[in-house]
Amino acid sequence: MPILGNMRLHLPNSAFLGNLDPFLRNLVLSEPEKMEITANKRWLSLHPVVLCIIAALGLRTTKIHCERLEAKSKHYLERMGVFRMLHISSGINIQEHEPAGRFVPLSQIKNSPQLNSFMNEIVPLLHLAPSEAEPIKYVIGELVRNVFEHAASESGALVCAQYYKKSNSIKIGIADVGIGIRKTINQSHFAATDLDAIRLALTPGVTGTTSREGGTEYNAGAGLFFIKSLAKLHRNFFLVYSGSAMYKLLKESPGKHPILYSDPFKDRHSAANDYPVWKGTVIGIDLSLDTSLEFSSFLGLAGKALVKAIKERKKEKYRPKVKFI
Amino acid sequence: MIAVKLRPLVGDFAENKDKAREIRLHTLLPALKDNQEITLDFEGVESATQSFIHALISDLIRTFGARALDHLYFKNCNETIQKLINIVVEYMLESE
Repeated sequence: MPILGNMRLHLPNSAFLGNLDPFLRNLVLSEPEKMEITANKRWLSLHPVVLCIIAALGLRTTKIHCERLEAKSKHYLERMGVFRMLHISSGINIQEHEPAGRFVPLSQIKNSPQLNSFMNEIVPLLHLAPSEAEPIKYVIGELVRNVFEHAASESGALVCAQYYKKSNSIKIGIADVGIGIRKTINQSHFAATDLDAIRLALTPGVTGTTSREGGTEYNAGAGLFFIKSLAKLHRNFFLVYSGSAMYKLLKESPGKHPILYSDPFKDRHSAANDYPVWKGTVIGIDLSLDTSLEFSSFLGLAGKALVKAIKERKKEKYRPKVKFI
Repeated sequence: MIAVKLRPLVGDFAENKDKAREIRLHTLLPALKDNQEITLDFEGVESATQSFIHALISDLIRTFGARALDHLYFKNCNETIQKLINIVVEYMLESE
């Protein structure tokens, strides 16, 4: 029986970016003193972002109770380092002969040297060819740097990734327990809600560090836009969850040529502002490996969209206004 | 002419913006103030992030305008690095 008042999460039999919404809605995040984890009894098939969420919540308390897992696939959580991150014993023994698969176990990254060694481990762990590694390293590098620079989180970023043979894709999760996107954005802009803040954060040229076009010498305000664009051009999911808001880029239809919009609400998406309040930011992304789109070609398209967005905003800003008195 | 070999400073995947800022502040900015020409040599740098390139050169373009580009030479850039440099340059020129 769940204990009322604790942080609670229930691991369902399946939680990927496409069907993550019920898992997020069922999170109980109000009381950080204790955490209780329950799980589906038969099977657990979870996106790396779910594992990052579990580990990030574990940073908020040392009093963690995880019910004895019965699902056949329970060893996956042990392999991915969930219990190591939570500092609890799972009682699950991993047989050495079990296939390890292609995955990057949960890692906590707090500074540049740790990020550097993490980046060096990704390629061999995921068995990636250099051309496949480029977008993966790009995404992780940008997202972890965002945590360092904007999250104000002493515990850094929690990251993990997994290769899926069936879809020939890499799924990546990253979570922090920092100040969240709204506080960051509101340092230089105005976002009335967490969803408004996510919308601004995904808009090219908008950074929490300045209201100036072109950003600062250190921040362009293009990092999240590029990552969302990468997911869109690969026809994949991309999810941002911060505060009470969740934004999810939905898969583009196969027959439709993807267009990179500067306003994320013009993309095919789902979004809501009434989720359990996550103090920090969670990001999930799927990246297909069997794409015909070269990374440099992607950069060309995203770069054009970025410059177009800046031109349009400048045009709007300096458009003469008719004054009626 | 000043030559900066980036691979020993930033590794084969250039994402460390603190390093980029350090190179800009301690090497590139003083050289441009002195009206010197600079070669940024990307030999061995396989890829980078847009944020890294932005932190490396955007402020030079903001401060010196197009004159910065007259004094900067980008050497041994693969297609990805070239694209990223072009994105940052165009972005900064459009933003001003």
